[in-house]
Amino acid sequence: MSEWKLWAAQVAAIMRLEVKKTFARKGTIPVYLLAFAPVLLFAIHATAYARGWTTCSGSEDLVAYAGVFQLFVLRAGIFFGAVAIFMNLFRGEVLNRSLHYYFLAPVRREVLMAGKYLSGLVTAVVIYSAGTLLSYWILINHLELTKSRALAGPAMADLPAYLGVTVLACIGYGALFLLMGMFFRNPIIPAALVLLWESFIVFLPPLLKKLSVIFYLESLCPVKVPFSGAGAIFAVSADPTPAYIAIPGLLLLSAAIVLAAGISIRRMEIRYGLE
Amino acid sequence: MSAADRIVFEDVSKFYGEVLGVNRVELSIPPGITTLVGPNGSGKTTLMNLMTGLVQPTGGRISVLGIRPGEPERLFRILGYCTQFDSFPRGLTGYEFIYSYLRLHGRPARECDELARRALERTGMAGAADRRIASYSKGMRQRIKLAQAIAHQPSVLVLDEPLNGLDPMARAEAAELFRALAGEGLHVIVSSHILHEVDRISDQVVIMSNGYVVAEGQIHAVRGEMHQEHPLQILVRTKQAAVLASRLFSRDHVAEIKVHKDGQGLLVSTRDPDVFYEMLNGLVLEGVVDVESVAPADDDVNSVYEYLIGPEGGPA
Repeated sequence: MSEWKLWAAQVAAIMRLEVKKTFARKGTIPVYLLAFAPVLLFAIHATAYARGWTTCSGSEDLVAYAGVFQLFVLRAGIFFGAVAIFMNLFRGEVLNRSLHYYFLAPVRREVLMAGKYLSGLVTAVVIYSAGTLLSYWILINHLELTKSRALAGPAMADLPAYLGVTVLACIGYGALFLLMGMFFRNPIIPAALVLLWESFIVFLPPLLKKLSVIFYLESLCPVKVPFSGAGAIFAVSADPTPAYIAIPGLLLLSAAIVLAAGISIRRMEIRYGLE
Repeated sequence: MSAADRIVFEDVSKFYGEVLGVNRVELSIPPGITTLVGPNGSGKTTLMNLMTGLVQPTGGRISVLGIRPGEPERLFRILGYCTQFDSFPRGLTGYEFIYSYLRLHGRPARECDELARRALERTGMAGAADRRIASYSKGMRQRIKLAQAIAHQPSVLVLDEPLNGLDPMARAEAAELFRALAGEGLHVIVSSHILHEVDRISDQVVIMSNGYVVAEGQIHAVRGEMHQEHPLQILVRTKQAAVLASRLFSRDHVAEIKVHKDGQGLLVSTRDPDVFYEMLNGLVLEGVVDVESVAPADDDVNSVYEYLIGPEGGPA
C-alpha cells in the first residue's frame, strides 16, 4: 500500500470514529442551537407575515438576512460552534483521558491531526450548511408570498454564495480553534481574544483588517450590510477583497494553521495527571 | 544479539519540570518476559511511556528493535501497549474498540474483523464483545485493553500493571498468556507489584526505585550479586539438624544458622551458596546427615525487592 493510500485509509478510520462521536456529543447541543436559531427567527417572521401580524418589504428582508448572516451566523454561530467543535477535538480527548487510543496506533501524528480536523469540519459544515439552507429556504418561500416575489428568483442565485461562505467560515475558524485547542487548557480566554479582534477589526486600518477571518468572509457575502449606529463614525472602510484572492487566501491560511498544529502535535505528550 | 533485536535505553532521563521521572537509565532488554518492579512513583510507567513515545526523554536515546519511539507510524506496527489508563473512547463496544483500533492501522475491514475476533477469543472476551465497554467490570476492561495490545500481533508487548483488577483465575490465565507470547519470541515487558506472580512468570527483572534502575537481570543472578551484603538463606530439612549445625558453624561462608523449633530443620545464611551445596553433598554422601529437602528461602523477587528497596517501598 502506498503511503498516500495508507494515510487516506487512516484518515477515513479516524473520521468513522470521530464524526459519529461529534454529532452525538452533549457538547454539540449548543452548536445545533446556534446553527438553527436563524431558522427559528425567519420562521417566526414568515409565520407572523402569513397571519397578517406584520408587514414587510422583500428587499428589507434580504438585507435583514444578510445582517443576521454576517452579524450572527458568522460572528457568533459559526465562531462559537467552531470553538465548541474544534477546540474539543484534542482537549476533549485529554480531559476524557482517551487520547492515548490514537497515540498508540501506527498513525503519523500529522495524519491524526488531519483526520480529526476533517471530522470536525464535516460536522460543522453539515450542521451550519443545514442551518443556512433551511433559513434561506424559509426566506425565499416567504418572498414568494410577498409583493416582492420578483426578488425571489435573483435571491435564489445568492444561495450558493451564502453556502460557500458558511463552508469557508467553518474551514477558517475550525483551523484557528484546532490550533488553539492544542495550546490552551481553557478555550474561553483565546476565544474571547479572537472574538474581540474580529469584532473591532471594523475600526482598524485596511492592512490590519486583512489579519482577520471575518474580513475575507464578509468580502464574499453577496449582500453588503451598511454599518450604522454611533460607532459608524469610527469605522474605517476598506475595499472588499476579490473572491479570487479571498477564497484561496483563506484556504491557504487554514492549511498553514492545520500544518502548524500537525507539527506541534508531534511533540505532544500524554500526561493526563498534569491536566 | 544486535540492537535490532533488543529494547535499548542509553543514558535516558526524563524530568517533568523539576520532578524526576527516571534518571540515567541504561538497559538492554532481550526477548522473553521482563518485569519492572518498584514502588509507586519509582518510574516504571515513565519508562514504559518513554519506550512507547507517549512521553519524550529529556536526555538519552531509546530504540525498540531498532525503531525510535518518535516514529509511531513504525513503532506501533511492532508494539502493543496495554496502559494503566482506564478510559476509553465513548460509546464503543468491546469489539468496536479493537476493530476500530485495527482500522487505524490501515488494514482492510475483513482482516480487522478476523484479528479483532481472534484477540477477543484469546483474552476470554468474545462473550462480552458486543457489550459497551462502559458496562464492563474492572477486570473486563483490563482484558479488553490486553486484547487491543495483542490484536495486531506485535513483536513487543508492553503491559502496565496488567494483572490489576483480575481475579486469581483470570490472573493465572493472563500469566499463562504472557508465557505463551514470550514463548512465541515476543518481548513482553510487564510492570507489576504482585511480586509472587512476577517471580513465577519473569525471565528477568528490572528493579526501580526513585527513578533509578537499582538492579536488572535474571532474578537469581541479581540475588547472587547480593550474597555478601545479604547472605542467601537456605532451608534444610533433616533429622540431624544439630549435627549439621555443628559441622557448619566453623565455616567462613556461613553467616548465621537458625535451628527450627521442631529441631528437624536449619535455616542457614551463607555468603557462598556453591560452597555450601558442595559441602552438604559431601556430608550426605559420607552418611553424616540424611537430608529430606533443601530450598533457598529468599532467592526470589520479593526478597530481592525487600533487600534493595525495603518492605514498604522505603529505603532498605
